[in-house]
Amino acid sequence: MKINRKLFPYVLTLPALLVCVGILIPFFTAVYYSLQRYNLKMPHMKGFIWFDNYVNIFTDPSFWNTIKVSLTYTFFTIIIELLLGLGIALLLAKRNWLNNILGVLLVLPLMIAPALASLIWRLLINPNFGIVNYLLSFIGLDDFTWASHPDTVLFTLIMVDVWVFTPFIMILLLAGLRSLPRQPFEAAELDGVPEYYKFFRITLPMLFPFILTASLFRLLESIQQFDIIYALSQGGPGESSMVFQVSAYLQTFQYTNIGKAAAMMVVLWAICYFLCHVFVKQWHKLKIKTKGELLQ
Amino acid sequence: MKFNIWFLLKILAYIAIIMFFLFPIAWIFNMSFMTNDEILRKVPVLFYEPTFKNYIGLWEGEIAIEGFATMYVFFKQNLINSAILSVGSVSVTLLLGVPAAYAFARYKFKGGEDIAFTLLSFRFAPALLIILPLNLYFSKIGLYDSYFALIWVYQLITLPLLLWIVRGYFEDISPDIEYAYRLDGHSWFQSFWRISIPLAKPGIAAASLLCFIYAWNNFVFALILGSSQIQPVTVGALAFITASAIPYGLIACGIVVSVLPTLILALFIQKYLVQGLSLGAIKG
Repeated sequence: MKINRKLFPYVLTLPALLVCVGILIPFFTAVYYSLQRYNLKMPHMKGFIWFDNYVNIFTDPSFWNTIKVSLTYTFFTIIIELLLGLGIALLLAKRNWLNNILGVLLVLPLMIAPALASLIWRLLINPNFGIVNYLLSFIGLDDFTWASHPDTVLFTLIMVDVWVFTPFIMILLLAGLRSLPRQPFEAAELDGVPEYYKFFRITLPMLFPFILTASLFRLLESIQQFDIIYALSQGGPGESSMVFQVSAYLQTFQYTNIGKAAAMMVVLWAICYFLCHVFVKQWHKLKIKTKGELLQ
Repeated sequence: MKFNIWFLLKILAYIAIIMFFLFPIAWIFNMSFMTNDEILRKVPVLFYEPTFKNYIGLWEGEIAIEGFATMYVFFKQNLINSAILSVGSVSVTLLLGVPAAYAFARYKFKGGEDIAFTLLSFRFAPALLIILPLNLYFSKIGLYDSYFALIWVYQLITLPLLLWIVRGYFEDISPDIEYAYRLDGHSWFQSFWRISIPLAKPGIAAASLLCFIYAWNNFVFALILGSSQIQPVTVGALAFITASAIPYGLIACGIVVSVLPTLILALFIQKYLVQGLSLGAIKG
């Protein structure tokens, strides 16, 4: 049996593609649902209403709250993770036994399921016996409210996100730092260039592609974060930590309003698609750069 | 004097980093060997007699609580489910992904790059957008609450991951070796099986372990598409913590047992982690 040479690569990729196309159909269904009045509790009301769901969510203050909370969450997680990840990477850049061990151990939080990470922290900040509360009492911070108060819940969630995902940035930047060419640093050393100048004019610019890749990866994940928030606060108290996906989840399973949930998800998808577009371009550039060869 | 201050700051930074990132894990391990009384003390106890009661109770599925009757917990099944789902997903991914990765690496074909990026974009689509309709579909065609359906959906995460990592490894192998072998009269499949796969083996192994970790850590798919009968540890542990009257030591123990497999695997693929996490964009 001889398969046409031109067709052969398609034959190899077809199974993988078919499996995913099975998943693509629901995507179109979701878009279709978003144009319908569709509530599981009122099946007889089901009908085509064009963009009413979208008009609905965009005139709904609670959806604007969702957008605000999601963006706040994304902004702070990424800024903190970037700064902290960069700092740790710089600290660990020199190879010695301590840094090597820490480089391995610090990846562990990243390998823990985000949902389980939330549970770990729930046990650590439990108002009755949480060890963190006990430790904080030494610096005079008694009864910090953590996830039980609207003012502190976002802080708590961001802290857990930082705990899980800073290692992601750290490990990528550490690899980046260690792969930088030595010559510019040696030249700067000879010229007696001050440390901060070396950092801002040599290290940072050369590290930039790595920083960009790491933060774009995080950006896409952070804006869609569900696990950490669902396992820790479920969007509450009130709606103070209601992000896109948690909101859509509750819309579906509490209010059975499929049409509205679908519309929300389409909005989130549009944001992600835009980010993904930027992302793929940059990422491909970096791939070419680090590999030193031109890929089609 | 200036040197000393910097040195001190550095030490403080190390301590802070270790405390923030590693102490929580260590403390959960610690808690899993405590009884409820020991955990509930206002001032944490550092020295106590470690008990394995939590671990035994978790495995046997029942634990006696003072003042209450015997409590039944359903965690062993969650563990088994996690194992089935993760191993199943990785196997399917290997079967589908390795040939596809090879095709993307070796052949320049029309639409090839588009297909590769389409597959990649699944990893970045909002999970709920796809699962919500899928939930209704699966209910209709009777696939709701089956391992088969979940393993299928898990491919959305594991397949692009494996595809993009392994592709990089195949690209690093010179095609000349394969051509030489084929000139000896061997078929394409023979050269793929005997030459390409063995050469890319470290990459394939690392990628599948990373896929395993991602599959094991997944939460949202099983939360929505499965009943408690087939849900993995991530969902099971949440049910555990929200149920009342379960001893805290037992919860900690459940968490430890759930995170241990991925932590151990992570140590094995240390060398390949950077390349894996960046989908092949950065070489570690």
